[in-house]
Amino acid sequence: MDLITLGVQLLNAVQYGAVLFLVASGLTLVFGILGVINLAHGAFYMLGAYLAYWITLMTGSFVVALLGGVLVAFIAGILLETVFVRLLYGRDHLAQVLLSFGLILVIDEIRQLLFGKDVHAVAPPAWLSGSIQLTDNLSYPVYRLAICVFCLMAALVIFFVIARTKIGMIVRAGSENREMARVLGIKFDRVNRYVFAAGIALAALGGILIAPISTVFPGMGDGMLILSFVVVVLGGIGSVAGAAVGALLIGLTDTFGKVFFPSVSSILIYVVMAAVLLWRPSGILGRQDA
Amino acid sequence: MSMPNLRVRLFGIACLVMAIALPFCVSTYYTQFLAKALIMGMLAMSLNLVVGHGGLVSLCHAAFFGLAGYVLALLSPRYDAASLLTTLPIAILCSGTAALLIGALVLRTRGVYFIMVTLAFGEMLFFFFHDTKFAGGSDGISVNIRPEIAIAGRQLLDLDKPMTFYFVVLGFLVGVIALLTMVVRSPFGRALAAARDNERRARSLGFPIFRLRLTAFTLSGALAGVAGYLAAAQFGFVAPQMLGWHQSATILVMVLIGGLRSVTGPLVGALVLIGMEEVLKAHLDNWKLVEGLIIIGIVILLPNGVRQIWSMVFGASPQRAAEIKPAAAEARHA
Repeated sequence: MDLITLGVQLLNAVQYGAVLFLVASGLTLVFGILGVINLAHGAFYMLGAYLAYWITLMTGSFVVALLGGVLVAFIAGILLETVFVRLLYGRDHLAQVLLSFGLILVIDEIRQLLFGKDVHAVAPPAWLSGSIQLTDNLSYPVYRLAICVFCLMAALVIFFVIARTKIGMIVRAGSENREMARVLGIKFDRVNRYVFAAGIALAALGGILIAPISTVFPGMGDGMLILSFVVVVLGGIGSVAGAAVGALLIGLTDTFGKVFFPSVSSILIYVVMAAVLLWRPSGILGRQDA
Repeated sequence: MSMPNLRVRLFGIACLVMAIALPFCVSTYYTQFLAKALIMGMLAMSLNLVVGHGGLVSLCHAAFFGLAGYVLALLSPRYDAASLLTTLPIAILCSGTAALLIGALVLRTRGVYFIMVTLAFGEMLFFFFHDTKFAGGSDGISVNIRPEIAIAGRQLLDLDKPMTFYFVVLGFLVGVIALLTMVVRSPFGRALAAARDNERRARSLGFPIFRLRLTAFTLSGALAGVAGYLAAAQFGFVAPQMLGWHQSATILVMVLIGGLRSVTGPLVGALVLIGMEEVLKAHLDNWKLVEGLIIIGIVILLPNGVRQIWSMVFGASPQRAAEIKPAAAEARHA
C-alpha cells in the first residue's frame, strides 16, 4: 500500500472516529450526569438521519436540516426527560434498560408512521459536494473532510464547555460527586433535563452528518448504539476524553481492519474491546475503583 | 425463600395438569403456539438465574439461544434427520462454552459496564453469523428435517407431530424448572444470592464470587442452549436475528413482567408477553408502538412484575411486600 492510500484510509478512520465520538460523547454524558443507561440513544441517531433526509427534501438545504434536526432532537430530549426519564433516576439498571428498550420500539414505529421504512440517500450541500483529486485515479470527497473539521470543532466546543464554563463545572461536579454537588445547592432537575437533551441532540447530530455519506435506513441506529457502547466501555464511562480516545481507536481498528483483514473485520473491534477489558476493566480513562 | 407450602405445590400441580390437558382442547395452531411460548419461558427462566438470582443484567442471552439453534442447523444432514440424543448435548456444550468464555471476560466488569459489555459480545456473535457465509449469512439457514429421538434406528417419538413436540418441550420445561429450583435452593444458589445482596460481605465471608457468578452464567447459557435447540427444531429455521440484542432485551422484559425472585416467574412473564404480542399482532398494524408503550408502562408502574397487580387488587400481605420491596432497590448496586 502506498503512502497516499494509507493517508486516505487514515482520513477515513479519523472521520469515522469523529462521528462516533459525537454520538458516544452524548451517551457518556447522559450516563455520567444522570446515571441513566439509555439504549434509545441509537434510535435518535437514526431519527437524526431521517430528519436530515426529510428536511433536506422539504427545504432543499442541508444546513437547515442540520440546524432543524438538532433543534428537534433537543426539544424531543427535553420532553422525554420530563415525561419518562426522570422516573428512572434511582431506579435499577434493569428498569432503565427496559424502559429505553420500550422507547426504541415506540420511536421505530413513529419513524415508520412519519417517514416510512424506505432507504434514502441525502445529498450533501452543493458547496461541499466536490472531491479533491489526489492522484490520477484517486480522489477524496470534500464532504468527508468537512465532517472531520466539523466534528473536531464540535469536540473542541464540548471540551471547552466542560472544562471552562459554569455549566461544565456543574457537569463535572455532578459526575464526580452528585450528592455533594446537590448539597452545595445545584439544582440537578434542570441540569439533568438539559444534559439529556444535549446528549440526544449529539446522537441526532451524528446521524445528520453521516446521512450524506451513508444510506438512511431503519436499522442504522442499532449498529451505532453497539459501537458507541464499545467506545464508552473502552474510554471509561462518563469520561468525554475517554470517549474521544475510544472513538479514535475504534475508527482506526475498523478502517484498517477492513483493509488488512477483511474476513474478520467485523469481529476485530470486539477483540480490541476484550483486550482492553483484560487490561483495564473500567476503560482506558475510567476510574479503576468502579 | 421459605419452603414451599402446600398451596404453592397444589398450584404447581394444577398448572401442570392444565398444561398436559390443553393440547387436547385446542387446535394444532395453538398447540404450536403454546410450545413456542413454553420454549421462550424456558429461555427467560434460564436468564433469570443470572438476572434475578445473580443480580447481573445480561444483554447477550439471546446469543447462547441462537448459537444452539445454529449448531443444530449446521449438524443436521441435508436430507436426513439429526439425532436429538447426540446433537442436543453438542448444542448445549457449545452454548455453555460460549457462555463460559464470554462470562470470564464480562464478569470482570460491574454494573453498567456489565450491561454494555454483554451487549457488545452478544452483538459480536450476531455479526459473526450475519457476516460470514458458512451459515447462510444474513439469510439464515434451514433445518430441513426435524431431529429425531431414536435408539438403534428405532424411532421413539415423532417430533413432526405438533402434539408430541409440545409434550417433549413440556418435559424439558419441567426438567429445567426442577434443575433451577434445585440450584437456587442449593448452597451454591444461596451464595450467589448473597453475592447479589451484598457483594462485599459475601466476599469477606470467603465466597469465591467470580467463580460463583461464572458458574451461574455458564449454566444459564447452557440452558438457553436447550431452548435455542428446541426453537430451531420447531421453526426449522435459524437467522442471525435469533442472536440479536432485541431478542435479549425481549427476554429481559419477560423476566421483569414475571418477577425476578422466583424460578417460574419468568415463565409467566413469557406467556403474558407472547400472548399479548399475539393479540396485538392480530388487531394492529403498528403493534410494536403499543407494545413499546406497554413495556414502558410496566417498567414504571409494576417494578416487581405482574404479580404486583394481584397484590394491588387484593391487598398485599405485609410480609410479602417486605419480601418483594428490596428486590428493586438493591439490583442498582449490583
